[in-house]
This record gives sequence, C-alpha cells and structure tokens, in this order.
Amino acid sequence: MSQTKSKRLINEEGLRIDGRKFDELRPIKIEVGTLEKADGSAYIEWGKNKILAAVYGPREVHPRHLALPDRTLFRCRYHMAPFSTEERKSPAPSRREIELSKVIREAVEPAIFTELFPRTAIDVFIEVLQSDGGTRCAGITATSLALADAGIPLRDLIVACAAGKIDGQIVLDLDNIEDQKGEADLPVAISPRTGEITLLQMDGIMSREEYEKALNLAIEGCRQVYAMQQEALKRKYASEEVGAKGDDEGEGLS
Amino acid sequence: MPGDILADGDFNPGQNTYREGSKVYASLIGLANIAGKNVYVVALKGFYMPVVEDLVIGKVIDLRLSGWVVDINAPYAAVLPTSEAFGRSFNSRREEMTSYIDVGDLVVAKVIAFDRTRDPVLTTKDGGLGKVSRGRLVRVTPTKIPRVIGRKGSMINLLTRGTDTRITVGQNGVILVSGEKPEMEVLAVTVLQMIEREAHTIGLTDRVEELLKKKKGTES
Repeated sequence: MSQTKSKRLINEEGLRIDGRKFDELRPIKIEVGTLEKADGSAYIEWGKNKILAAVYGPREVHPRHLALPDRTLFRCRYHMAPFSTEERKSPAPSRREIELSKVIREAVEPAIFTELFPRTAIDVFIEVLQSDGGTRCAGITATSLALADAGIPLRDLIVACAAGKIDGQIVLDLDNIEDQKGEADLPVAISPRTGEITLLQMDGIMSREEYEKALNLAIEGCRQVYAMQQEALKRKYASEEVGAKGDDEGEGLS
Repeated sequence: MPGDILADGDFNPGQNTYREGSKVYASLIGLANIAGKNVYVVALKGFYMPVVEDLVIGKVIDLRLSGWVVDINAPYAAVLPTSEAFGRSFNSRREEMTSYIDVGDLVVAKVIAFDRTRDPVLTTKDGGLGKVSRGRLVRVTPTKIPRVIGRKGSMINLLTRGTDTRITVGQNGVILVSGEKPEMEVLAVTVLQMIEREAHTIGLTDRVEELLKKKKGTES
C-alpha cells in the first residue's frame, strides 16, 4: 500500500494527485431535467464521474403483486455502463451494483412521502456513464434531484459525499486511485435539513478519532454539495421563480 | 424547494407543505404563498392525483366485463363502469360494449369515487360528458391547470370567446379544443401552449388577449 514510498498520494506541499487540498471537493456540475421522456431526471458530473438518474412515477406497479397497500413501492436500479470503467464491465448487474441499488434506495427513501401514494411504484434508474470513485454519493445526489424534478413530494433533498484516509491523512471526496491505494473510505449521505444520516458505510481501517474527523469532514462536504444541488434546481426553475406569485387561480370547467 | 423552511410558529400547512414541530416546510419545487395562517406552495411541476368531482379526459386502454379501464394520466388507472356510462343496466351478453366505447377512444368523464384503497371510478352520466368525437388535445402539467382556467374562469372564457371554440379542461392536464374552424382550433392550441410556458408570469391574461387580437387581425 502507501508504505511503498515510490508513489505517494499526497505530496510535500500537502496536495493530492489531482492537485486538490485535503478538504477540497472535485469540480461538480449538475443539470436537472436532462431527459425528455422521464418524469424527472438529473445529470451529474462529479470529477470524472458522469451519472444520469431518471425517475418514473408514481405509476402502477408491475408486477401487480409487489404493490404495497399503504405506501408507494420505491425501486432503485444502479447500473454501470459497460464502457464506464477502464476494463469493460459486464452489463449484467454485479454483486456490487445490487448492493449499491439497495443502499441508495435506503438512503433516499426516508425523504419521500411514500404514504401519500399507496399501491403505486416510483422507479429510479441510475446509469453510470463514466466512473472514477464515489459514484454512490454522486448517484444519491442526482437521484434526489431527479425525484424533485418529477414533482414527487419530498421532506428534503438527500445529499451524499465521502471522506477517507490516504497516506495517514483524512481527506474529502476520494477519487478512484485514492480509494484503491488509500487506507479507508467513508461515504455518508445526510438529510441536510435535520442532519440525519441516511447512509454510512466504511471500507478500510481508521481509528476512532480518525473516523470522527472523517465523518465531520464528509458532512461538511455534503453541505457544500447541497448548495450546488439547490443552485441546479434554481437554474432549471429560475425563470419560473421571477416575479411569479400567481395573480389568478381558479377551478372548474369551461 | 423540498425541505426549505417557509414559516415558523402557529401556521397551518397547506398544499405541498408539511409541518414538523412548529415549522412548516415545502415538499415540492414551487412558489410559496402565505395567506393569513395558511401556508401553501404552488407547484411548478407535478402529477395528477384524482379528486372526487374532478373533470378528466382519459383514454380507454382496456375492456372488462364490468366496464372500461381508462388512463387518466394519474398513478392509478380509472374504471368507467358500464352502469355509469349507459345510465341503465347493461348485459354484455346481449349488447356489444365496443359499439359504444372502444379501446383507444377518448372520454370526458367525472371522478365519482377515489380513496387510498380503491382505484378512481368515473361517470359519463352528466351533460357534456362522454366519448370525444372530434377536436384537438393539448397536454399541460396538471399543476398549471388553475392558470389555464384563470380566476373564476377568466382565462378560459377569454380564450373561448376569442377563438370561437369549445374548450374542455380536464383537471388531469388534458385539454380538449373543438371548434367549427380548424384554424381557430390551431390558434387556441398555440395560446394554450403559451399559457403553459408562461404560466408563472404576471399579466398573462392581458398578453393572451393581445395575442388573440393580433392573430385575428392578420387573418381577416
């Protein structure tokens, strides 16, 4: 690992391989409403990650027997395109993709008012077009935006970001090399309004102090991403926000 | 925006909002309004949730023994029972359902029952309801329907008079335009599309009026 000093992840000036400081995020670009046909969608570029999220629903459940009598069925599919990695990835869902589908679903579902639409389904498709570490965080971030774009009532916009340990230092937002050569990775998703944590995973070894430091750093990162999420939504709906305040409203038929 | 705080204190959470403790938050992207103690959000995008008494326009997608299944652009498929369509008892062994309404037909109907446990039930018994025989369809985001109608129907009346057409507005975001002259139908459709695009702006009724005058001027 990093003990072989031949290749270091952090140089003498304290900069990482891609030139970032320890608490710096990769550049993030978010677009809402990218897909015409989906009820809601979002596209995110997080460093070299490129991810599309599409939301369909609430709609009727197929197959029928899966429908829940008291709330909506929230389904999530995380999938990596065969060309998203350096070596071709088989398009069949791998163990890892099934796991990520589950953790993303469980991270985002608490934000949805599922009880408002019994016997329906909301389907989310997360397609990773290009990956470079931290796709689950980017996927969660895009998913909550796509849900908001679909007009689904949400308690909050869930946002995710990772922190980790490389070369003995706690850093924010690991990329692929840092994830693989580093010591630990800690992806975190939060509900920024309440500060509740909806996803917390750890891969690697950290001491208790390091863990606490990493967790706080990741939450700090989430807050930064949250600001970008809000900004992306505003950009999409900005024109509609200007001087709006409807002056007439009514109901009935012609 | 979902999760944004709208009010703190003794307020009633209205449409598209929710309360936690003493604070009221938004649950959708939209424009917040506070009227007295009521806080609500006018959604910019949403889907249609059936409400009893709503007028809807839907497409027949299936036939069953007891009635037709209608897609009303909602998370639930609606049922139009034969008894509600004919207004009398109906025996499918003696009569052919499809001779009245077939799969693929459009119907204007009213929601007569809907709750969490049951799919919406429609009726075509009232006047003006039933199968659509001609006209043009426009689809708009269901949340913008109030804007299409306008205050006490001001917008829709303006449009009906201005284009000499009949306009049926379904609460589910489907609008049917039918008129004597095809070019007037087209004009009404363009205006409706403009209303959807600019639903959020002020003085829309005036601009619609202007556009109608201009278009009519060029034609005559």
